[in-house]
Amino acid sequence: MRFRKETGTALLAHGLALLPLLWLSHVVFTEALGADPVAELTRFSGQAAVIFLLLSLSARPLRMLTHWQWPLRLRRMLGLWAFVWASLHVLVYVVLDLGGYWPQLAEDLLKRPYISLGAIVWLLLLALAATSTKASVRRLGRHWKSLHRLVYIAAPLALAHAIWQEKAGFGNADWQAPWLLILMLARLMASRRPSTAESRSMRNEKQ
Amino acid sequence: MPPVTRDTQEAVTPETVYMARRRYLRLLGLSATAWPLVACAERTQESQTSATPTGPIDADPFSADDPITRFEDATSYNNFYEFGTGKADPRRYAGQLRTSPWDIEVSGLVETPRRFSLSELAPDEERVERIYRLRCVEAWSMVIPWLGVPLAQVIARCKPTADARFVAFESLADPNQMPGVRTSILDWPYTEGLRMDEAMHPLTLLATGMYRRDLPAQNGAPVRLVVPWKYGFKSIKSITRIRFTSEQPETSWNRMQPSEYGFYANVNPAVDHPRWSQRSERRLAGDGNRAFAPRVPTLPFNGYAAEVAHLYRDMDLQTWF
Repeated sequence: MRFRKETGTALLAHGLALLPLLWLSHVVFTEALGADPVAELTRFSGQAAVIFLLLSLSARPLRMLTHWQWPLRLRRMLGLWAFVWASLHVLVYVVLDLGGYWPQLAEDLLKRPYISLGAIVWLLLLALAATSTKASVRRLGRHWKSLHRLVYIAAPLALAHAIWQEKAGFGNADWQAPWLLILMLARLMASRRPSTAESRSMRNEKQ
Repeated sequence: MPPVTRDTQEAVTPETVYMARRRYLRLLGLSATAWPLVACAERTQESQTSATPTGPIDADPFSADDPITRFEDATSYNNFYEFGTGKADPRRYAGQLRTSPWDIEVSGLVETPRRFSLSELAPDEERVERIYRLRCVEAWSMVIPWLGVPLAQVIARCKPTADARFVAFESLADPNQMPGVRTSILDWPYTEGLRMDEAMHPLTLLATGMYRRDLPAQNGAPVRLVVPWKYGFKSIKSITRIRFTSEQPETSWNRMQPSEYGFYANVNPAVDHPRWSQRSERRLAGDGNRAFAPRVPTLPFNGYAAEVAHLYRDMDLQTWF
């Protein structure tokens, strides 16, 4: 019974998470992305990565607030979707936007700090995605947790990368940065004083 | 005031001629995208070694040979921060803009400062069609058929005095009609400026139309500047004031971020924007799914070097970007 419910939640969540990707493929091939589809693809994939990252970071605080079980069960999946979108973002930039202009790619990576920063964020997410399996959790033991705390570095760097390329203003970071700040403060407070409910749930999670 | 040295109206290729030229190209099996760029690439190198480049990029600089941007794209993807910073914001919100009646206040170093009605300053009968590449500082570009009056003719009507060395332009900044003006994303009103020789250049156009109709509001109705060899932000929209000065006027993006946006803002693939490369651009024109369209190289002075490079002959373009 319990197994079924978990599978159901996961399937539903993956189904929902898949929707933006299906929509995006549809509008690419029907040429419905407007005048500058490559810029739009870059923007959309980057934003999707940031939002999935923020959603994955929201799982624990949401659990603390509501005592619901499902947010934490979705956390890994949300994090992996963030990595999928970040990778699509990199592919759009390298293949569709720069396609053929390889000298410009090297120059961009070395000379444009916001692009170097984006590359660092992608490498961090790659490390987290690569060690997201249960086998990795077992193999890395307590190091796994320290490694995955890197997400609290990756997320603000991702926002910095997004703000840095804006011509004026902060773009969507004007609501994403406060969201992230609240999540990081919540994380800090939780690590200072783990509530009994929180430690109980952490034990449950490990079983 | 020096007289207009070139009769710009006569210099325009009549419509029938350029349409015919396009047909010939197609008959010869030449891709209209490829061949002008090949010509440019060759000429670019020459222009670096000699001050007088040979061989035109476009058979006629007033009528670019590149495929034209779709009207739908040129009117739905705009930078017009008075209506918001999103590319779709201008079309969404500019419908509220009242463009008639429209007066332009002419002041500064002129014989008589006064207000002109738009039709007085840029009469419809004097409109010519110009097909220009428009290169945005964000590294995308379009090819747009403008309708307008050469700015030199407009300036002649303003009667600037001999001390006038620059001309400054100011956009409408009405918070009631323009939601972006209610935010402080830029210092309003938007201002731009040109050196007098740039303003008098036959390529410089005061546009009141595009695609053979009046300017849509999101493209800067009812009157905007078009300076095809400079980044798009120089081509100020919805102009309400023209002022002649002896000092270089303040310009909006330069005031906001002087390290990134210069007064001249000439298109130059050799001078990067501090945050991104200007070597190439996404050309938003032509047929086919543009999600898979390759970039094109950016040309010095946006491909108009033969016409304008001499204006900057003694200037270090790395310094005066």
